[in-house]
Amino acid sequence: MFSKGLAPLAIATAVTLTAAFALVFFYAPLDADQGFIQKIFYLHVPLAIVALCGFVAGGVFAILHLRSGERRWDAWSYVAIHMSVIFGVAVLITGSIWAKASWGHWWVWDEPTLVSFLIVFLMYATYYPFRYAIEDPERQARYASVFAVTAGAFVPLNFIAVRLAESLVHPRTFATANGGLPGSMMLTFLVSLAAMALLWVTLVKLELTAKSASGQLKRLRRAIDAPVAGAGSRIAPEVS
Amino acid sequence: MTPPQVTPTGSAFAAILAKDLRAELRTLQSLPAMALFATTTFVIFRFGLDRTSLSGSLAALLGVNRLFVAEREEGGFDAIRLAPIDRSVLFAAKATALFVYLAVLELVVVPVFAVFFLDSAAALAPLAAVLVLADLGIAATGTLISSMAVHSRARDLLGPLVLLPLVVPLMIAATGASEPLLAVGGPGYERFATWLAVLSLYDLIFLLVGYAVFDFLLED
Repeated sequence: MFSKGLAPLAIATAVTLTAAFALVFFYAPLDADQGFIQKIFYLHVPLAIVALCGFVAGGVFAILHLRSGERRWDAWSYVAIHMSVIFGVAVLITGSIWAKASWGHWWVWDEPTLVSFLIVFLMYATYYPFRYAIEDPERQARYASVFAVTAGAFVPLNFIAVRLAESLVHPRTFATANGGLPGSMMLTFLVSLAAMALLWVTLVKLELTAKSASGQLKRLRRAIDAPVAGAGSRIAPEVS
Repeated sequence: MTPPQVTPTGSAFAAILAKDLRAELRTLQSLPAMALFATTTFVIFRFGLDRTSLSGSLAALLGVNRLFVAEREEGGFDAIRLAPIDRSVLFAAKATALFVYLAVLELVVVPVFAVFFLDSAAALAPLAAVLVLADLGIAATGTLISSMAVHSRARDLLGPLVLLPLVVPLMIAATGASEPLLAVGGPGYERFATWLAVLSLYDLIFLLVGYAVFDFLLED
């Protein structure tokens, strides 16, 4: 039930990703200051934006779960947060590489954008121990949804607070004071952003499809009294 | 008759230690959460938030954790579920209780702080406004998180673990507002209104979220 439209979506993702990388390497101009390393911008920033939007999306799915009581929305919420945490790891890694190359340090502590992203990331890292510590599956789903709603509201708030706490070196991508990005860079950036967003959606759907397939398999095995292989994850929601 | 066999101390020690380590390795109950907690506190300290707000929030964590424990242990939750009342009343009452604890704590701490560090008393009134808004935010998020954590197995660890990152924006705003107030040579008011607006926004959002989702935490 999750696999509908997965194939065209995967193809669209592959095409957009290829186009994005082609634009990054052959079309976008070299940055005057930073040179080649600036190209990591087209990976780092879209990843970060998609990860943060994914966290908020996890909160929206959680609201749907709480309102309707359908377990599949909990699965959506869980997978959305799970995928965004993985994207978050990539954001931290690409960000560190960029920071090392252009500021000379792997990490800059008095830089609010970095620290605030880390705080959001740590917040969502607690999602797993939190789910794990609640045994009853129904209650686990409900509490996880409450967590996802709370944390989803926290993401934009955290950024408002941190934006106001003035930043010194982290570039403001869309700051218009100095004219912002030139057109060719902007185009490349937008294509990269679309590619990352598509990648996220594809991976979320793929994960849900896999979960639903193994859930169905487990139920069929139970029906014919065959031994169920492995205990399975205790924190991932079971989907039909 | 054979004398009673005594297990050598060394092998008993090894057996218990091995059992504990194996249990942790199989359940992974405390170690990942401990590592996360250590990282989070480290991040917050590194962020250079000022010490008064930090000690206040750490004190709050202790109070927050106890907030629902009695309720659970003595069956208060069941009683409230049975009673013909709006469930959100519990949220309001608990949040108010936490707010009162924090206010009492600050009534003790702030005068001591003022005597030692403050140049003029003019900063006290705006400082009180900042503290009230910050307390309101901690009360809202604290109640919400604590009511979630109390039903989990690792509540002593989970409550602070989730709450600590959640109150960071609150601490940033409170610090931003109070820093110029406490400056040497009289209070300053740079961006005071902005920070107050951020604090109010935070309070408003989490009070609303708490009010909206609290029902789901009591259902069974």
